[in-house]
Amino acid sequence: MNEILWYASRATGVASITLLTAVVVLGMLTASRRPPRGVRSAVVIGLHRSLALGASLFLLVHIATAIAETYVNIDLVSALVPFTSGYETAWVGLGTLAFDIVLALVATSLLRHRLPERAWRTVHWAAYAFWPMALIHGLALGTSSEPLLRGTTIACAVVGAAALVWRVGATDPDRERRSAVLAQEWS
Amino acid sequence: MSPRPAAPAVVVDRVACTGHGVCAGILEGAVTLDEWGYPIVHAGVEPDPSHVATAVTLCPARALLARRSS
Repeated sequence: MNEILWYASRATGVASITLLTAVVVLGMLTASRRPPRGVRSAVVIGLHRSLALGASLFLLVHIATAIAETYVNIDLVSALVPFTSGYETAWVGLGTLAFDIVLALVATSLLRHRLPERAWRTVHWAAYAFWPMALIHGLALGTSSEPLLRGTTIACAVVGAAALVWRVGATDPDRERRSAVLAQEWS
Repeated sequence: MSPRPAAPAVVVDRVACTGHGVCAGILEGAVTLDEWGYPIVHAGVEPDPSHVATAVTLCPARALLARRSS
């Protein structure tokens, strides 16, 4: 039983980082200076929202099984309060911190229409802190000699980083034109 | 006395709207996009209420408002 929990925890961890990377990429596409338009934008933002909730379920299983198995000492407190775990304090703590950010992101997004827009937006920026933390947590704690598992996490890092470069660097001809007009000397 | 035109199912906050076009993707027919990608709401078309709720929730700029049906 313990062994099943241990493997379930690792498997859901890999599934979580994969799904959450997809969520982050879809979010960055929407927020970029050159977002998808029309029907495609509806698909991207709809997937962003539903995948985020779905990935959170995998994350909950990942944490619940990590607490339940007894090979390593992680309890309910160290799943919620960062850097209190007896096992691999730093790396587990990073995962805990990432999970706390996910809780904040999910809560504010479910309540988005009842919150001031600025509050939601400020909290949502934390996604950019969450994602590298989750990645480092996965890379540092991944005990697998299985290249497929480690490769999945590394692939997530590459895809997410590429999306981040696009998010920062993409330009929109419309926007460029507007700033060019603004910069003109008017006589 | 001419009959009152039907009230539109959704209203767009023109200041907040960023022209992603999510509303037009979900409320096909009731909302179309102009040549710059900004929404035009057609008052005569009644979209499915559940679609309206989805569109309001998913609008990235939070610029879509549903008319109270009560």
